[in-house]
Amino acid sequence: MTDTATAEVPGQARDAGAPVIEASHLDLTFQTADGPVHALRDVSLGIPKGAFVSFIGPSGCGKTTFLRCIAALEHPTGGSLTVNGMTPDEARKARAYGYVFQAAGLYPWRTIGRNVALPLEIMGYGKAEQKERIARVLELVELSGFENKYPWQLSGGMQQRASIARALAFDADILLMDEPFGALDEIVRDRLNEELMRLWARTEKTIAFVTHSIPEAVYLSTHIVVMSPRPGRITDVIESPLPKERPLDIRDTPEFIEIAHRVREGLRAGYQE
Amino acid sequence: MSAERPRRGAGAVLRRIPPVLAMVLGLIGLWYLAVIPMNVQEVLTRAERAGVEVSPPSAVERRDMGNWALVVRNPGTLGESWSLDRPRLPAPHQVLTELYESTVDEELNGRRGIVRSGSLSNRGLVYHAMVTLNATFVGFLIGTGLGILLAVGIVHSRVMDMSVMPWAIVSQTIPIVALAPMIIVVLYSIGIQGLLPKAVISAYLSFFPVVVGMVKGLRAPGPMQMDLMRTYSAPKGTVFWKLRLPSSVPYLFASLKIAIAASLVGAIVGELPVQQGGLGARMLAGSYYGQTAQIWAALLMAAALAAVLVWAIGRIEARTLRRMGMAQ
Repeated sequence: MTDTATAEVPGQARDAGAPVIEASHLDLTFQTADGPVHALRDVSLGIPKGAFVSFIGPSGCGKTTFLRCIAALEHPTGGSLTVNGMTPDEARKARAYGYVFQAAGLYPWRTIGRNVALPLEIMGYGKAEQKERIARVLELVELSGFENKYPWQLSGGMQQRASIARALAFDADILLMDEPFGALDEIVRDRLNEELMRLWARTEKTIAFVTHSIPEAVYLSTHIVVMSPRPGRITDVIESPLPKERPLDIRDTPEFIEIAHRVREGLRAGYQE
Repeated sequence: MSAERPRRGAGAVLRRIPPVLAMVLGLIGLWYLAVIPMNVQEVLTRAERAGVEVSPPSAVERRDMGNWALVVRNPGTLGESWSLDRPRLPAPHQVLTELYESTVDEELNGRRGIVRSGSLSNRGLVYHAMVTLNATFVGFLIGTGLGILLAVGIVHSRVMDMSVMPWAIVSQTIPIVALAPMIIVVLYSIGIQGLLPKAVISAYLSFFPVVVGMVKGLRAPGPMQMDLMRTYSAPKGTVFWKLRLPSSVPYLFASLKIAIAASLVGAIVGELPVQQGGLGARMLAGSYYGQTAQIWAALLMAAALAAVLVWAIGRIEARTLRRMGMAQ
């Protein structure tokens, strides 16, 4: 099946052209009763098209905040941030990204199919096109046949897959994922990681992925961004030498272990400062 | 699944019967017992008139004595306690007899009953219950509509959020029996009478639970749900129809159950000063003429109505939630 998303990203899109997401000297300070909190300080990062970028770090390091800035759910207090060459607000209006939250957050009063249709309804797609898109994205997340089930009839992992389908439904080039598998158990998580890899290979979307699991970050990513807290900042950006084709047992190879080690070192360095 | 449901339902009902029955029998027993001291003065007066010796013989002394003391001193003369014409507290069977006579008997055999006259007897409880029910429904509709509108305003407007709730709370602290005559007089002076004033009082009581429940329900979607809507750049109206309103449905039904019972109370209170039919009028008439059995029969009727109304809302709730997919 060829979908319109891939049509817009011809061939191997990881060229050295302009990054889809570009942050330079980004600052975000929250004013709280206990004084200012520096959620992000001097964050500069370019995310190339088609990349799978993981953000890893302890809580309070600003990884989720950075993702929310890209989604225009938070607004930086300094520096610049562009998404597809636009401001985050413009990019949101141009349907540049789909956002997947930690909880599936499906509407209990809608079937899986209707849940996936939610953004399509809001964005004004016609009935026939909605139907076609629902079928296509449910197939992508391997939930074909569950269209008419209600969320309570699905397991947690299946619900999260449905929420990924919902984020994919309107063909945004960028997928923002905020610890999407954080609430799931290890076995389900492995499976979803594998599926996400396949999905990424098929759709060639640019994915920004927040996690606190080192194996998950190393397994999934082309780029691993290590962050540290107080103030939230980037301490290391690791480009993964792993091949694009990644079976689960790649996690036992020396290359994998070496990258994991480097990530761990980066995290530790952030603590010691 | 649907084939299993009635069986499971019937089992649950059957299991509930013994404890409910025990409770009802216990209450009826207490009631019969309470009738003795409540009616002892009248019973002894009648016994004395009939020539039986009572202790103490002076009516004035008896009046100043405690009821239980009289019961203890005259254990042999209490036979009439449960069959007085005008008891202070009628026995349960007297209330049931009155209930039967003013409903089934009145309609089937009475000169004005539905069998002979073709319309409900205005001396029967059924007629009065219908009068009250009409006001209850109209009041419930007005109150629910008003409650939902206020809740929508409170959720969407900061000014309303700050200003409406305190007034809504204050409105419920004023005793409705004090306010009802004023509402009726004011509305009468601008030419509104009959059903509507009662419905207004009814609505006055029922809008409040709806406001409280709906505000909670409309605010039920968490920050994540609201963020998701923001990522779609959804306008406020869309967020309301697609997220807030469906989220509020379970809260709305919880409120509606309280509101329908409150509506009934409001309608009855609205009928007290007007005396143009209805269970409230019936109760007040009973108290004017010392017909306590009539008061109790009207009370039982009101309680039965309330139970049926709340049950009906519960059924609609179950159906709606099942149809929405939110219940199994």
